[in-house]
Amino acid sequence: MRITRKLILGVTWTIFFAFLAAPFTRAGGSLLIKNGTILTVTGGVLPKGDVLIIDGIIRQVGQNIQAPPGVKIIDVSGKYVMPGIIDSHTHIALSGTNETGDVITAEVDMADVIHPEDLSILTALSGGVTMVHTLHGSANPIGGRNVTLKLKWGRPAEEMVVHEATPTLKFALGENPKQANRPATTAPPRYPISRMGVNAIIRRELLRAKNYMEEWERYRQAMKAKNPPPTLLPPRRDLRLETLADLLRGHLVARCHSYRADETLEFINLAKEFGFKVACFEHIPEAYKIVPELLSQGIGISVFLDNWAYKVEAEEGIAPMVAYCAQHGIVVSINSDSSERIRRLFNDAAKAVKYGGLAEEEALKLITLNPAIQLGVDKIAGSIDVGKHGDVAVFHEHPLSAYTRCEMTIIEGEIYFDRDLYLKERQDKEQAAKRSAAPKKG
Amino acid sequence: MKRTLIVIVLALAVGILARVSLASEEEYTVIKGARIVPVVGEDIAEGMLIIRGERIEAVGRDLSIPPGARIIDATGLSAYPGMIDGYSFLGLSEISSIAATVDYRETGRINPQLRSTEALRPESMHIPITRSNGITAALVVPTGGLIAGQSGLIRLVGWTPAEMVIKSPLAMHVELPGLGRAGFRRQPASREEASKQLLELKDWLNKARSYDRRRDAAAKNVLFRLPDFDEKLESLIPVIRGELPVMISVHADKDILAAIQLVQEEKVKAIFFGVTQGWKVAEEIAKAEIPVVFGSLYEMPPSWEDGYDALYRNPSVLSKAGVKIAFSSQSASLAKDLPYHAAKAAAFGLDKREALKAVTIYPAEIFGVAQMMGSLEKGKLANIVLTNGDILELRTTIHKVFIDGKEVDLSSRYTELLEKYKPRTRMKLEKRL
Repeated sequence: MRITRKLILGVTWTIFFAFLAAPFTRAGGSLLIKNGTILTVTGGVLPKGDVLIIDGIIRQVGQNIQAPPGVKIIDVSGKYVMPGIIDSHTHIALSGTNETGDVITAEVDMADVIHPEDLSILTALSGGVTMVHTLHGSANPIGGRNVTLKLKWGRPAEEMVVHEATPTLKFALGENPKQANRPATTAPPRYPISRMGVNAIIRRELLRAKNYMEEWERYRQAMKAKNPPPTLLPPRRDLRLETLADLLRGHLVARCHSYRADETLEFINLAKEFGFKVACFEHIPEAYKIVPELLSQGIGISVFLDNWAYKVEAEEGIAPMVAYCAQHGIVVSINSDSSERIRRLFNDAAKAVKYGGLAEEEALKLITLNPAIQLGVDKIAGSIDVGKHGDVAVFHEHPLSAYTRCEMTIIEGEIYFDRDLYLKERQDKEQAAKRSAAPKKG
Repeated sequence: MKRTLIVIVLALAVGILARVSLASEEEYTVIKGARIVPVVGEDIAEGMLIIRGERIEAVGRDLSIPPGARIIDATGLSAYPGMIDGYSFLGLSEISSIAATVDYRETGRINPQLRSTEALRPESMHIPITRSNGITAALVVPTGGLIAGQSGLIRLVGWTPAEMVIKSPLAMHVELPGLGRAGFRRQPASREEASKQLLELKDWLNKARSYDRRRDAAAKNVLFRLPDFDEKLESLIPVIRGELPVMISVHADKDILAAIQLVQEEKVKAIFFGVTQGWKVAEEIAKAEIPVVFGSLYEMPPSWEDGYDALYRNPSVLSKAGVKIAFSSQSASLAKDLPYHAAKAAAFGLDKREALKAVTIYPAEIFGVAQMMGSLEKGKLANIVLTNGDILELRTTIHKVFIDGKEVDLSSRYTELLEKYKPRTRMKLEKRL
């Protein structure tokens, strides 16, 4: 009886909250994309195919699909349709990147500084990008929490956040946290300035977090005692250690900026020692040296295709690495880490075909399905499959061709970039400017 | 006595003939079966290229193969001329953030006396990577200040700087302010600042002219005093005499117009570099007949109002207006990407054939070396690239590269490092199974 009442109450509240939340989760748009070459990424290529998106979700992929009444049809004859590109590592759409006021800043959350009016969002959309994992910078050994966004330009920050994504915490090793490339004159050195120090400080913080968890556990145990002493006080809440405790509890996964193979192996050891999960190593230009270790730990890599030699630890980053690692079964994504490179990730993917002979579908996965897996969103994004979000990009030539350009970027069935429309608006503006510049008669 | 002489003469003759024929047999290389893309003129399906020594002896179909020639069957492949990078830091920079390895920038604002090729490092790790992608020559440039120094054109093979240099000095580099290289965040310099710098440049050219006249007069008459020696003015003399072109780095439309006026007033030979807002003044650049070398297209437009694709469509607009254009990597570590800048411009309206010319024959013409490179034609240096497809395509593989008739090694740091670690991966994975 009491259970039923509780249940009814629970259901009522759930409905109430769902109703409350409804205005914030807009249903997506509906579109029928017709007659394109569909690069599904998971199920091969569909020549002259259609994709039907209803309320933001892909409902049908095939040929000769009829549009339900009222659904807008986009004819993309001769063009290519691919899943929306996902950038696994950027710093766009944020109003801050590094919290440099301290060395360990696990309490910082990038979700608090989303900047929905950052023009880089438009730049990314013009290159077919629909989703980004936007991170804290690499100034600190432990940075902060990162956030995954859909690039819904014009919508408020809350609507951009992808709640399905696995929560991640940024770590950084090597030259950046040890401030190796900063002239000594700009600021007095801070601990750490060596790789020894970077590792030591991370271990110190993790030990502190363990200690913190134990204190809370002891407090809870003591509270459960028959007659807890009236002087029993809860431990001091510490948001920094709380975040690290979440990592150790498995509620967060690490995304670790690393360059050298050796420092990467040390971090893997640290993760084993403390029992937390590393989702992905970032940049890691020496991944090809430690393929067996990455494979056995099931850790992905998020890398540049061939951007290298900009600092000493990037001196052995070689272009064939991406294909090599992917062919060995590592989940590899190509990231931009830049508000410019983000619009040509498809060019970088094509280079994996050139350097190392990666199959074309696998090359496309580097910027779609693989980053989706790394972010824990492969159930909703990363390929053109029924049931996934209607996030797609349209290209006028094969997206792996050097001659291609993005024509349209669609997120959840809504068009966020349309080159034809853009050109028309530009032309109208130019003509208007000419008219107003022309001398008036009379 | 007489017979001995005859025998000696005969022996010598035989010897010489033998040597000559041996040499010529070794000298010939024939590439046959390839689709030949000479860049100037029509493509030749299943054509033949005959290389003799360092030069192209013949291009065509069904040519007779010289006896003893090395024959390369290139059936199914395409033959292109080697590409030319119009502006790079190859050999001048290894690791960009480490000053010890960077030699393309000097301190000070007026440095016409600098010669980039004197700092060239033939062992640069970026050179083999670049040539293995079909780039066989590059302009290596100094940068920084108002007058940055002199660039030189190099071939991407050689043990010493001297072996690599094709033409040096090739241009005097001047960098005008105004809009920065690009990027939304960079603020353009003020107009006053821009005109002040133009005046300063004019002043230097005038000083060089008067220095030149005084030196001339002194040469003709010992009673005239020689001007005080000035290495900067000395270095500018070829510029004011119109012998050495000035490569002017300029970006904003107003700065471009001012630079055109300067070139015309000063009567110097000019090449423009960068020209990110060139599309706004394309007609004027075309009319002034000043060729343009674009910088890297991997940049954002200087202002959002220019449009997201401003840098991408710029080459097409200039090309259609009649400007002679060439592309560049503006890099050392990514000089290998030269063809993709051209392809990117083609994706945004530039004719594909023009895009190809803008990395081959056009830079050769702009740099005054078209008589020896830039296309596959009889008499030119045999800079040849064999590919399995369109040389500007990202997915194309480069099979062979010839520089001055010699096949070059395509291994690089990429291949060396990968091969070094492959056995470790294999061994570790086998153990695990």
